[in-house]
Formats: sequence, structure tokens, C-alpha cells
Amino acid sequence: MKTGFWKSIITATLLVVASLVNAAEPIKIGSFLTVTGPASFLGDPELKTLQMYVEDINAKGGIKGRKIELIHYDTGGKAQDAVSFVKRLIQSDKVDLIVGGTTTGDTMAVIPDVEKEGIPFISMAGAVEIIEPVKPWVFKTPHTDRMAAAKIFEDIRKRGFTKVALISGDGGFDKSGRAQVLKLAPEYGMTLVADESYGNKDTDMTTQLTKIRASGAEVIINFGLGQAPAIVTKNIKQLGIALPVYQSHGVASKTFIDLAGDAAEGVRLPAAALVVAEQLPDTDPQKPVLLAYKNKYEAKHGPVSTFGGHAYDGLMIAVAAIERAGGVDRAKVRDEIERTKGFIGTAGVFNMSPQDHMGLNAAAFKLVEVQKGAWKIIE
Amino acid sequence: MRLAGFYLCVVVVVLLPMVFPNNYFVTVVGISAGLHAILAVGLNLLMGYAGQISLGHAAFFGMGAYSSAILTTRFAWPGVWAMLAGLMVTAVLAWVLARPILRLRGHYLAMATLGFGVIIHVIMVQATSWTGGPDGLTGIPPLNLLGWVVDSDTRWYIVIAATMLLAIWLSLNLIDSRIGRALRAVHGSEFAAQMLGINTSRAKTQVFIVSALFAAFAGSLFAHQQGFVSPDSFSLTISVELVTMVVLGGMASTFGAAGGAITLTLLHAGLVVFQDYEMLIHGVLLMAVMIFMPQGLFVGLSQAIRKIGHGLRSGNRP
Amino acid sequence: MPEQLFQFLVTGITVGSTYALVGLGFALIYNASDVVNFAQGEFVMLGAMAAIALLGAGLPLPLAAILATLATVGVGLLLERFAIEPALGASVVTTIIITIGAAIFLRGIAMLLWGKDFHSLPPFTGDAPIQLGGATVLPQSLWVLGVTVALVVLVRLFFNRTLIGKALLACSFNRAAAQLVGINVRMMLRLAYGLSAGLGALAGILIAPITFSSYEAGVMLGLKGFSAAIVGGIGNPMGAVAGGLLLGVLESLGAGLVSSGYKDAIAFLFVLMVLFFEPTGLFGHKAAERV
Repeated sequence: MKTGFWKSIITATLLVVASLVNAAEPIKIGSFLTVTGPASFLGDPELKTLQMYVEDINAKGGIKGRKIELIHYDTGGKAQDAVSFVKRLIQSDKVDLIVGGTTTGDTMAVIPDVEKEGIPFISMAGAVEIIEPVKPWVFKTPHTDRMAAAKIFEDIRKRGFTKVALISGDGGFDKSGRAQVLKLAPEYGMTLVADESYGNKDTDMTTQLTKIRASGAEVIINFGLGQAPAIVTKNIKQLGIALPVYQSHGVASKTFIDLAGDAAEGVRLPAAALVVAEQLPDTDPQKPVLLAYKNKYEAKHGPVSTFGGHAYDGLMIAVAAIERAGGVDRAKVRDEIERTKGFIGTAGVFNMSPQDHMGLNAAAFKLVEVQKGAWKIIE
Repeated sequence: MRLAGFYLCVVVVVLLPMVFPNNYFVTVVGISAGLHAILAVGLNLLMGYAGQISLGHAAFFGMGAYSSAILTTRFAWPGVWAMLAGLMVTAVLAWVLARPILRLRGHYLAMATLGFGVIIHVIMVQATSWTGGPDGLTGIPPLNLLGWVVDSDTRWYIVIAATMLLAIWLSLNLIDSRIGRALRAVHGSEFAAQMLGINTSRAKTQVFIVSALFAAFAGSLFAHQQGFVSPDSFSLTISVELVTMVVLGGMASTFGAAGGAITLTLLHAGLVVFQDYEMLIHGVLLMAVMIFMPQGLFVGLSQAIRKIGHGLRSGNRP
Repeated sequence: MPEQLFQFLVTGITVGSTYALVGLGFALIYNASDVVNFAQGEFVMLGAMAAIALLGAGLPLPLAAILATLATVGVGLLLERFAIEPALGASVVTTIIITIGAAIFLRGIAMLLWGKDFHSLPPFTGDAPIQLGGATVLPQSLWVLGVTVALVVLVRLFFNRTLIGKALLACSFNRAAAQLVGINVRMMLRLAYGLSAGLGALAGILIAPITFSSYEAGVMLGLKGFSAAIVGGIGNPMGAVAGGLLLGVLESLGAGLVSSGYKDAIAFLFVLMVLFFEPTGLFGHKAAERV
């Protein structure tokens, strides 16, 4: 009787100690985002999403009993800060994995350090050059700017237009989007009759649009981010230019519609299904995931944004990979991220491979139009 | 007396990585602080001694950086040659600009330098085929100094620390030289200096060029150390930060400028933990230091130390 | 082509008048203290953001605007009392850095209070563009232009005709002499900051329907307003307006006739040339230095 009693005490103690030891070792996920500064409307929802879901996962017991510790820094949009923070995450904070890099500039800047160190890195930035050519340790979750341009051109071709005017800003997103538009235009039989530019903090683009009006364009594409596209859209209406307008996925948020007002009617753009979640057929596998994220985010923080969605995708892919790898061995986690198949995220269904470190195809992008002040799917 | 301060600097810089080995703050932040110090010391020559406010100093920093970046990535020049080319281009541009700009005074001079800075920044952003546009140029090869490749944080610490000490030494010597005295005369009263027979416009031009060269050199180092350059690092905000560093530390003081630069860099790295509150705290600290130590941190501190020392000494007398 | 040119000019003037309005605030504080207040752009931002917040809380626009302006005036007075006054003997450069610190502080507070998103105010008299012989202009832009003109006249009258205005000018010419003649320099300084803040807030509320606002909006507006004030001749309110309009037109013509990507560079190139030929700005006093 007594030995049995002591045995169980010892076993129980050992079990408790073992779980404590295990639980005492949190999984460290590092992040660097542009939470303040010109791109803060991108980084802020990303951070909020990461924090919300890390808390959620920890409340449910963490990953195999280990809690997640999120260590994040704000780069303020300065790429050199991104580099020093990544070094800090690697050297000082000793993180196991990085989910971050709001902008392409920040992401590209840290790639050499990430590759040298050999730590899995999931970026939330847009440009195609992040994953092309493929770098072993670098992945990304948003659609590429090339996919956005392709989606836009497909629709323009469907509507029978060939003369395109482009107007874009001076940010990294704008310029890389512009490069993709210029590159893809001939492939779709399009001619670029105007290529105008503005500063992202500018307040009036009527001059550039006046030139576009005189160029004989049939369609206007505005590749931009932030408040400027809303101003462009309003200016187009103000000048009475009655051409179809395409925006980029950079403005797939309610803020754009709020700012542009009635001028936004009829504007089309490629967007992640998140903004039109309710309009998806109930049989769409993405729908429950999207609605769950949307409701959870909006309950706490207000209108949802696709950028927050990219953070969700990045975090969940990482978490799933860690679970499959059974630990935080960096090489194993990296391999598991690469093996992500059929993962349903806010941006679409992810199927990664050694050649494709993004995993989304064109179907993941929906073409939407603003109708009566809300997004409507056009497919 | 001044050299004593210099030797103290040398000792601190050498000991720091030994006392705190493998410390992110010493190596990574230290490198950043060192670069800022070189920039601030150069700017201080212009602002503190020649009394000319420059809100476009980041442009010279950027010219050195982009010269190195473009020549090494697009044309495969060796790093050192690219650096020299950068210095030459900067010197020429500074020389061309100096005459017309330095005829201006006060706020108008500040505006002109600001305008110059904006023009350079716009070129960096728009001339995409040369500069890589807003996302800049990546893949800058490591600096190769006669076979010694600077490819680790430790080696960069050595290079930047050495350069910073060199910059401080040069600045101290310049101030005590004929040119330096001429400059101080100009700062005191340009008219009087002219009356004394000093060629004030030549003195001002020379210091403008020297100051620009300090910045360009730092820029080239920066490009190789980061491995990439982007226009964000050379914006008006950076120029304003540099001016802030010089004034914060104490104008007309080489150590003040370097100290101000190091302090602000460390502050920025340290305040990051406050996230959204960082901006607020940063603003409050800046205001507080300038209100309570209007001559700058370094000058204010050294005065305070002197007062304490004086008080101790007089307290000892019977 | 001439029709296009006309639109470029109209655009330039509407954009320029926003710069002019901000530049006026710079001129005021400079006239009282020789200091360029780098937080002026933040006053503009605070006025707009406060009005937006009050509007969102349910207040009617005119009331929200008035309260927002008063609140910003309060901020200006507080700034003067707690940041500028304690450093009253310091050099100009030091005081400028204090205003830089204040600008960062105010931006930080705005970010915490109102978040990072962009917001808009409804235009005062609607959105329907007005046709001006081939060019279109928004009604709100006419408001901005009209108020700018009215304010310039008022500010000029203030400085030239009223006793307080002249007293304010006296403070910047020679502080000691002003005190000796019985001018309460501290009161004057407070007045200047309060007025500038009010002007800034007004500018922000007028401009926000066209340009939107966010916690960062003060940075660019401050830069352009500062440039406007200096190009026009710092201290001269008419100069600030002229400078602002010139800057706006240069940007627009640069974008329209040369290259929209390089428009800011072109505008500043012209600014540099103006300064080289007129070293004290377009309408600035020819400075006489005491030796």
C-alpha cells in the first residue's frame, strides 16, 4: 500500500515537473512590423492580429503544451531599423521563427541576415521578388503584385479595352506594382498610353489626371496604398473623367470606400476574399475561416483589413508547421512550412512547394467592385 | 586638455566590446551610433563652428552611400574605388553648391539646404533604373580592405570605431588650426572676420566641403555595412535628426556632437520597448533636455560636473 | 493644351493656398520670437483630427470646428507655457529643437488618441465640382482660397494697425527694448502661439475635406508651409501666401509640363533659384545685421 502511494506521488511529481519544464520553454516567435510611420495602417492590424491569436492559442494551452511568446519591434517603415531589429531578434531574443516584414523594403533588407542565420521567415509583404528566385528560408503569405496586375489585365481584356493609363505613387508598393504592370501589359495586348506619378503624401492629383484624360486612355489603373488612391479616385470624379477605374489590392479596405465616398462607385480591384466573406457561397471552404477571423477581429478592433489577414495566415502556417515538426528545430520547421498543403487562410488556399514559397494561385484573388458603398464580387 | 578627452574615448571604445562580449547593443547599435557620430561631428563643424544650419546633410550621406551601392552592384567596382568615387562626386557637388548657398543666412540657408536635400531624395526615389527606386539597391558586397573582408558585426565595429575616432581627431585638430580659428571668427561675426582680412567665403566653402566629405564617407561605410541602401535612410527626417543630435549634444563641441549622436541612437534602440508610447516619450525627453540644458547635454553635464567639483573643493577649504 | 494649362494653374493655386494657410501660422510666431515653430504642422493636424473626433461623437460640424479650434489654441498656449517659456533665454536653434520635440510629442499623442487610420471631414458646401472655363475646382478649395485671402488681410491689419500687433512685432525686433517700453513680452509670446495654433487649426479643418487627415498629416503640411513662409520672406504674412501659391503652382506646372515623378524636385529647384536671387525671400525685409 505504502510503496504504491509513494510511487504515485513520485510519478505525479515527475509528471508535473516534466510538464513544467516543457511549459517553461516558450516558443519564441519574433516579428518586425511597421506599426508607426507612413505604413502604419498596414502594420497596426498585423500586430493586433498576431497578438490576438497568440493570446488565443496560449489560452487553449499553446502548441503541444508550450506557450508562444511573441517578441515584436516597430520599424517605423525604415528598412535599416528592420535589419537591426532582426539582428536583435536573432542574437538577443533568440527567437525560433520570424513572422513579419510589413513592407517589401523591410523584407528584402533582412533576407541576407535571415539566410545567413538559417531561421524560417514568413513575410507579409507583396512584391514577387521576395520569393522569386526562391530562397530556402524565406516565405510569404500575401498575393504578389504580379498576380494583382494579371487579375486587373484579365478583366480589362474581358471588357475589350486596350489603351491603359497608369498612375502610381512613390512608395515601394507603388513602384513594384508599376513595374509589374509595365512588364505584363504587352502580354495581354495592352498599350500603356500614360504613366503618371504622385507623392504618397500629395493632396491633389488633378494635374496628372488631366494629362491622362488627354492621352486617349480607355481605362485608368491606380497602383497605390494609403490615402492617395482615395484622392485620385475623387479627383477622377471631380474632373468628370468617365473611364473605368481599377485600383490595386492595396486599398481593399473599408477605409478606401469611406474616404473616396461616391467617387468609389464602380471602381474594381483584385482583393483577398476577406473583404467579401459574406458573399461567398456557403460551400466555399474559405468562408468559415474568413468569417471566424472577421468576427473575432471586428469584435475587438473595428473594421477588418486584408493586411491583418496576411498576418493571420503567416502565424497559422507557422503554428501548423511547428506542430507537424514536433518542435522548433529550425530546419524541420522550415521543411514543414514548405510542405504546407491545402491550408485555408484569409488570402486563399495555400499549397507551398520547394519552388513556390507563397502557395497561392490566381483563383485566390477575387475581383470585386464597389457597388452602393460596399464591395461586391465580380467573377 | 582636449586630447585627454580623445584618449578617454579611445579607451572606452576599445574596452566596450571586451566588457560586454556578444552584446547586440554594443555591436549592432554601437555601429549605428558610431556612424551617426561621424555624421554629427562633420555636421557640427558646419553648424557649431561656422554657424551654418544645414537641413540637407542626409543628402551627402546618401550620395556616398548610393555611389558605393551603384558602382559596386551595377558596375562591379571594388569597394574602395567606389568609395573614392563617391567622395569625389560629393566634393565636387559640395563645391558647386557652396558659393550660392553660403551667401544665404539663417532660415534662408536652412531652406536652401532643405531644398537641396529634397531634390536629392526625389532623385533617389524616382531614378529607378539607377537607384532601385523606393526599395533601393540590395546585394551590396562586403567591403574588402586590402584583403581583409569586413563581413561580421565585430569587424564592422572595429572599422566604424576607428573611423569615428579618426573623425573626432580630425575635427579637434581642424578646430585648433588656422582654418578652425578663421571659422570661429566667422561664427562670432562674419563682418568682423572680413574686416580682419579673413576670406570668409573661402573658409565657409572649405568647411562645407569637409563636412560633406565626412558624411559621404560615412555613407559608403553604411552601404557596405547594411548590404543595401534605400531612400528612407536619407530623408528630411534624417537630416532633422542629425541636426537634433548636434544641438542635443552641444553645438561647437566635437565631443558634444558625438555624444549627442550616440545618446539619441541608444535612446531610440532603448525606447523601442515602449512601442506606441515611444514617440511621446521621445518628444518629451527632447524637450526636457533642451529646456533644462539649453547648451546641450555634453556641455550641460560637463558644467554640472565642474560645479560639483568646484563645490567639493571649496567645501574642503577651512 | 491651353485648356490643360489652365487646369494646371487652377490646381496649383488650390494646392498652393493650403500651403499658404499653413505658412501664415509660421509667419506669426516668427514675428513674435524669431523662432520657426516646427510644431505648426501639428497644430494643423490637431485641429483637423479633433474636429473629426468631435463630429464622430455626434456634434454638428460648426460646433465641432469651433471646439476643435479652441482646443488647439489651448494646446498652443500650453506648449508656450511649458516648453517655450522655461527656455526663454536660449538660442534660436535650441528653441527650434524644442519645437521639434513638441511636434514629435503631439504626433505621439494624436496617434494614441486617434489611431493610425486616415479620416475625412465632410466638405462645407458639398462636393459638386465647379467649372471655371475648362478647369474644375472643388467648392471646398474656394473656401480655402477665400479664407486665406481674408486671413492675410486680417493678419496684416493686425500687425500694422493694432497696438497689440505692433507690440508683438516689437518683441522680435529687440526683446529688451520691448520690455523697457512696458510690453509684457511673455503675454505677447503666449498670444502669438495661441493665435498661430488657432490659425493652424482653422487651416486643418478647412483642408481636411480635400486632403484627409491622420496623425502624420502634420509632417508634410508643416514642411510645405515652412517652405512657403521662407520663400515668401519669413515674417511677412503676405510673403507666406505668395510663397505658398508659388510653390503650389510650381509643383503643378512641373508635374503637368515636365514630369509628374520629379515635380517636387522641380519645385524646390525653383525655390533654390528664387533664394539665390533674392536671399531674403520674395517679400522679406532686407536684413540689416548689427555688427
